[in-house]
Amino acid sequence: MKTLNIALTGLNNIDSPGPGVPVARALRAGGLKHVRIIGLAYDNLEPGLYMHDLIDRSYQIPYPSAGSEALFNRLKAIHDIEAIDVVIPNFDAELHNFMRISDRLKSELGIHSFLPDHDSFEMRQKSVLAEWGEKLGIKVPTTKPAFSWSEARQMASELGYPLMVKGKYYDAFTAHDADQAAAYFYKLSAKWGLPVLLQQIVKGTEVNVTALGDGTGGCIGAVPMRKMYITDKGKAWAGITLQDDRLLEIARTAINGSRWRGGCELEFIKTHDDQYYLIEMNPRFPAWVYLAVGSGQNHPEALVRLALGESVGPMTRYEVGKMFVRYSYDQIVDLKEYEHINTHGWL
Amino acid sequence: MKVNKNIAISESGFIFNPGTGDSFSTNAMGQEIIRMLNEGKTREEITDFILSRYEVEKGILEKDLGDYFFMLGTYHIVQNG
Amino acid sequence: MLPYERPIITRYNPGITNKFGSRVDYFPFTQIDGVPVKRIIDEYGSPCFVLSERTIRDTYRNALRAFSTRYPKVQFAWSYKTNYLNAVCQVFHQEGAWAEVVSMFEYQKALQNGVSGDQILFNGPDKTADDLRTALHNNSLIHIDHFDELYLLSEIVREGGKKARVAIRINMDTGVYPQWDRFGFNYENETAWEAVQKIMGQPNMILTGLHCHIGTYMLSTRAYHLAATKLAQLALKIKSQYGHRIAYIDIGGGFASGNTLKGSYLQGSDVIPTMDDYAEAITTALLGSGIPTTELPYLYLEAGRALIDDAGYLLGSVVAIKRLSDGRRATIMDFGVNLLFTSFWYDHRITPAQEFSRHTEDMVVYGPLCMNIDVVRENISLPLLNRGDQVVVHRVGAYNMTQWMQFISMRPNVVMIDREGGVHLIRERETVDTLNQQERTPAHLRANPQQ
Repeated sequence: MKTLNIALTGLNNIDSPGPGVPVARALRAGGLKHVRIIGLAYDNLEPGLYMHDLIDRSYQIPYPSAGSEALFNRLKAIHDIEAIDVVIPNFDAELHNFMRISDRLKSELGIHSFLPDHDSFEMRQKSVLAEWGEKLGIKVPTTKPAFSWSEARQMASELGYPLMVKGKYYDAFTAHDADQAAAYFYKLSAKWGLPVLLQQIVKGTEVNVTALGDGTGGCIGAVPMRKMYITDKGKAWAGITLQDDRLLEIARTAINGSRWRGGCELEFIKTHDDQYYLIEMNPRFPAWVYLAVGSGQNHPEALVRLALGESVGPMTRYEVGKMFVRYSYDQIVDLKEYEHINTHGWL
Repeated sequence: MKVNKNIAISESGFIFNPGTGDSFSTNAMGQEIIRMLNEGKTREEITDFILSRYEVEKGILEKDLGDYFFMLGTYHIVQNG
Repeated sequence: MLPYERPIITRYNPGITNKFGSRVDYFPFTQIDGVPVKRIIDEYGSPCFVLSERTIRDTYRNALRAFSTRYPKVQFAWSYKTNYLNAVCQVFHQEGAWAEVVSMFEYQKALQNGVSGDQILFNGPDKTADDLRTALHNNSLIHIDHFDELYLLSEIVREGGKKARVAIRINMDTGVYPQWDRFGFNYENETAWEAVQKIMGQPNMILTGLHCHIGTYMLSTRAYHLAATKLAQLALKIKSQYGHRIAYIDIGGGFASGNTLKGSYLQGSDVIPTMDDYAEAITTALLGSGIPTTELPYLYLEAGRALIDDAGYLLGSVVAIKRLSDGRRATIMDFGVNLLFTSFWYDHRITPAQEFSRHTEDMVVYGPLCMNIDVVRENISLPLLNRGDQVVVHRVGAYNMTQWMQFISMRPNVVMIDREGGVHLIRERETVDTLNQQERTPAHLRANPQQ
């Protein structure tokens, strides 16, 4: 029987984890037969590189800043060895390039993917999220894109402190005054480029939804979760599935309104008077996507089936009150392995 | 110039310094030079050997060797003297 | 004898990726349109600018197709300031482009290139009375930038003779930051309308066009849609108030090229809109503006950068490699910011022009000038380079051959490769005589009194 070769990124299971490892785990747990997982890594210390029970082989790929052509060439070289069937990118910052080459991956190499189109990807960008939310009747905190600190300072005084300072792709900090905001502005613009986003702070409980859209407006699966414990990096260390029909409905509205294709994470703040504010729509599975699997919905498996053109019906049931508790684990790695990935680019 | 004790260099050009925990990569020419240093060859002997085998002008080689030895020292891979 | 490669050693920084991660180019760039880079440098020296006639024509035809398949009346005007080498201008003129100039010297160049006076768009804030008289005499399209110019022109047209064909430049809020409000008349505060009223009251001025130019290296097509919509609304208002039909809407340029801006996380070529995207945004705005189909104005475009950047290459050579005090590698090239002005805002792609091994080094790339700001790339990973190695800098066709400096060294040869692979010298390298012929040394200061 033919193996199904699935390549995925996001093997950085660190304190601010990428979703690659949980996605790989989900694919192994599902009903797919003869799965071979090929890891795609940017850094030589991404923990997934060294998880040989989960990831069959890993390859280094060029950073997103190298451009889509470099990515395509590298994937082609890996494909020549591994005959990739499906690729699942799991980083926000790399998606643009993957979306750009997805047609070529399919037509020239026969590699399937299941990604949002350019328009739906753009409409949920942080800088225009508020505008989009308004169209769909979803509340979004006031967010302003700033291209210079002088512009940011002006916006910040209009929004009032404290406020959130957010990078174009990742990272968010709370600034309590202009000095802090300036420091974050420069830090974030150096790391992720312009604009830097300033966002009004909405107080309440953080609730998130991991979901899968079919690209025509349908929602294949959605599981809501409340973070029970949050690390100092703002990441969930433990969480629990919720029964919250209103939240699910808002999530379905967002999936439908964006014709979302692929996995995504919707981050909300539920205020004390039960209002839901959409903070962000992340264009890939969250690192806690395995909670969905554990409560009855295997979104990564469904994504692979959709990518291969199979029809997948919507999953509506999940177990409420299922928890995840994350843990860290020290893998023991031989220097030979580190040497190998460094000198050969694969492991 | 002596290569520090326990410096491990693999066939792929991967160098590990167990004293500092740092690892490095060097190219084929660098591997050859480190091999000669390990054999106790002097800088002059190394220069003559490379000139006899490789297409390179003496002036360029001396400049490149100077830079390479400087970096080996900076990375605590060799000791002078 | 065996081939030699300089010995290198690189430390692995945990987390920082190695050659598999950071390498962009896997192959040397050895020829341009089939002509070996080495041959060009042998014949024309290093550094040397190269322009591909084939790329210029292909790029222009693609742009023209993108607009004219969507809109019935389209006219491009070549933006002289972007690259006013005559050979370059002539390629565009042969393809059917008019001329867009911003100074009398460019205007004269356009005339000398055989452009008919009525096919020259005269932009810019600094037009003298004589400039305006010349433009008026040649029936050129005068794009008025400010009220002082409007008053000056109204005095000149009173001198009698021809009627001036004018347009006004309009600035507006299109959601773009920074807003270019220093050029032209503002739309939102009605200054533009005031200018329209003044021109409509002048019997010797014909308000022929409306012009805007919302910015440069624009990544948002929505801003163009907005700009075209606002200009169309203004045209409709003029029609309803004065019964006067505007002949053309000039949407300017500012379309991005594939260069990567400094500070951008993704590669420029991955994020810029295509010419079809720009065309779609602009033409749908005009077609949907409510202007009757039979009365649609001409659409003028003054694209510069997006039409020429890709066609230009700078060939150069490694002067020296050295190590900085902090251990970083530095490579000194024989070209710097004197020739590559755009390296102040782009991370230009640089490719070696000869075979290289799999090893790379992170380095700073400096130019040859004795000044600290002469940095071509602050951080780039390139294969091992040696003195004398040749490199190709990509996408340098826009602005470099007009903003280049005669600082410390003179400007090099510029060649154009024609569609058959023939190489033509289109601008000869400058020498000390180029400079000296403009100078006049008083007799008592001459080294040789016979001079």
